[in-house]
Amino acid sequence: MRVVIGEGSCGIAAGAAKVHSKLHELLEGTDISVGIAGCIGMCFLEPIIDIYDEKTLLKRLVKVKEADAETIADALNKNDFEALKKYEISEDDSVFLSKQTRIALRRCGLIDPESIDAYTDDGGYSALKQVLTSMTPEEVIEEIKASGLAGRGGAGFPTWFKWNAARKSEGTEKYLICNADEGDPGAFMDRAVIESDPHTLIEGMLIGAYAIGASHAFVYVRAEYPLAIVRLQKAINEAMEKGYLGENILGTGFSCFLKIKAGAGAFVCGEETALIESLEGKRGMPRLKPPFPAEKGYENKPSNINNVETFANVAWIIENGGEAFSALGTENSKGTKVFALTGKIKRGGLVEIPMGLTLKEVIYDIGGGIRDNREFKAVQLGGPSGGCIPKELLDTVIDYKALSATGAIMGSGGMVVMDEGTCMVNMARFFLDFTTKESCGKCVHCRIGTKRMFEILTRITEGNGKEGDVELLEELCDGIRSGALCGLGQTAPNPVLTTIKYFRNEYEAHINEKRCPAGECATLRTYSIDAEKCKGCTLCSKKCPVNAISGVLKEAHAIDTEKCIKCGQCKEVCKFDAVEVK
Amino acid sequence: MCENCCNSDLGLLSEVFRDMKNNGDNLITVLQKAQDIYGYLPTDVLYEIAEKTGNSPAKVLGVATFYTQFRLKKVGKYLILLCKGTACHVNGADGIEKAICEELGIKDGDTTDDGLFSLKTVACLGCCSLSPVMMINEETYGSLTPSKTVEILREIRGRETE
Repeated sequence: MRVVIGEGSCGIAAGAAKVHSKLHELLEGTDISVGIAGCIGMCFLEPIIDIYDEKTLLKRLVKVKEADAETIADALNKNDFEALKKYEISEDDSVFLSKQTRIALRRCGLIDPESIDAYTDDGGYSALKQVLTSMTPEEVIEEIKASGLAGRGGAGFPTWFKWNAARKSEGTEKYLICNADEGDPGAFMDRAVIESDPHTLIEGMLIGAYAIGASHAFVYVRAEYPLAIVRLQKAINEAMEKGYLGENILGTGFSCFLKIKAGAGAFVCGEETALIESLEGKRGMPRLKPPFPAEKGYENKPSNINNVETFANVAWIIENGGEAFSALGTENSKGTKVFALTGKIKRGGLVEIPMGLTLKEVIYDIGGGIRDNREFKAVQLGGPSGGCIPKELLDTVIDYKALSATGAIMGSGGMVVMDEGTCMVNMARFFLDFTTKESCGKCVHCRIGTKRMFEILTRITEGNGKEGDVELLEELCDGIRSGALCGLGQTAPNPVLTTIKYFRNEYEAHINEKRCPAGECATLRTYSIDAEKCKGCTLCSKKCPVNAISGVLKEAHAIDTEKCIKCGQCKEVCKFDAVEVK
Repeated sequence: MCENCCNSDLGLLSEVFRDMKNNGDNLITVLQKAQDIYGYLPTDVLYEIAEKTGNSPAKVLGVATFYTQFRLKKVGKYLILLCKGTACHVNGADGIEKAICEELGIKDGDTTDDGLFSLKTVACLGCCSLSPVMMINEETYGSLTPSKTVEILREIRGRETE
């Protein structure tokens, strides 16, 4: 029997490593082995333990704590599976996985990411063999074309087109680059792939390198992903040792070297020309296009840049054929897409679905709907470049065109769900705060325009909004869109424009009535105590830092709104949900 | 004279420069390795790097200030990375930041006078399902509330002053 613990970053954060060392200690000397896997994507159930007999999954245990290790070890030693029942994943939660179609994530959470043998035993590197021994680079590009694979980093540009352009570019020294600078707050698909299945990325990149004719490749990884860097480096070393990487790969004469470059923290480096500048050791400021990277990229040599998820699909497409991939999805969006489902959702985690499902199906059928029985309000797609989609549009299908039509974008895969307690003006302010900090400063419209927008949004959320502010925001959005050089600036207005489009009434309530309908904006909030619910426990009045709450033991309390500084501590301590916020 | 400039042991950089020559490390990699050594990038180290890499001090400082990973000031013994990603924002990260700032009397980017804590907000730690999240040195703390956060900080301070 094998005990396998899911140890991606968030599993470890939830305590998986502690459970691991305890189980290891308890099971040492028995015939039960303890190993690791990456992240299966069910973040809401971490830490997760899978129990295998050879390759068959016997049990999946969830939300295991260090203190449970003894009971589990004991049960395994006695082969007493009844005792494990209370940890087992429920049928309801199992739906989260069974409704998905996994291609990019096909091995995530199922194999040991730190072992190349685990990868090759599962059929890994067979696509590379096939490509190197029986296909020309042109045939590879044709297969990718047939698959309809488009860039998963957000822009959705056809992958084959980029490969073909780089292949046809003049010059013998070409570079293949993987963009793993996953900067969208709320997105962690790429991290999960690298941490859980690094060889799939390497294999996809090698196939790409062969197709364009590159012998040097880079993976540009965010510095905030230390575990991903460690696992990828280990995978590169093992692939070098086994002859899948380096000089004369598999004896075919094709050579390719792969290096990791750790980013240093700059969102704009997700833009391909900024990424190239950063790879060269400079400030990551976007270049003017054309020339495109396919002609003049890294060190002014032809270069091709794709995202992690894009590469993670490549080996599968070669193994199963382009048509198998294009059979999934819609007319203009083929295959699957991975989303990081987070926010006020019941079941949050990584979701890979065929294109063409509706947002509703993902949020409700897979994600289980909204937490704490609250109302769905909006879903944010595409991070700081994307937008908020309201309830009325939940039937929108996931497809590049359909999502763009709403004003949001497919994006890299962040899907943040919001409930009635989220203020949409504050949400727009949150993203503008982000873009203001992350604007590289090259273009005036982006550098100063985002700052002015942030100031306007701040004053609206603080109750100092003026008539005409919404129109002023719209005017600024227009200017930034047309005056910025790169995607960061051009899309920075999206969070503002979509919230104005769908939630204009919230902007108006803030500006005209000095009221935050969601009750989130602190300065516009009023706190009161529901006398029916209040039991007079005095906890809130003891906690209040400004003595604004009066009342005697066992009688309803009241808040003096004049004194109240709206810190919210009373609401936090109340055990009877008696503190109301408006 | 300022506290950040003139007394770093520059000899520690020799290995970094050797690596640079052998592997063709770029300026960012050199700065990353230097920060690993000193914990931050002192001014004299930046000048030394400028000289050895053949760049102007302005260019080196330009790169060092462009990326959020680089620190030009010493950090405290405990570096608090507070996640302000979208999921954490939706789940109340602003309240957590306020609680930390009030408890420690510092702002984002500052270090407490006793050199114990530094606070830095980051875009996303990628533990969205545990939001709101903070990381203190290597340890991740999830599902925070303002009072839970204060408790954690007091616990660390208590341990340190024992």
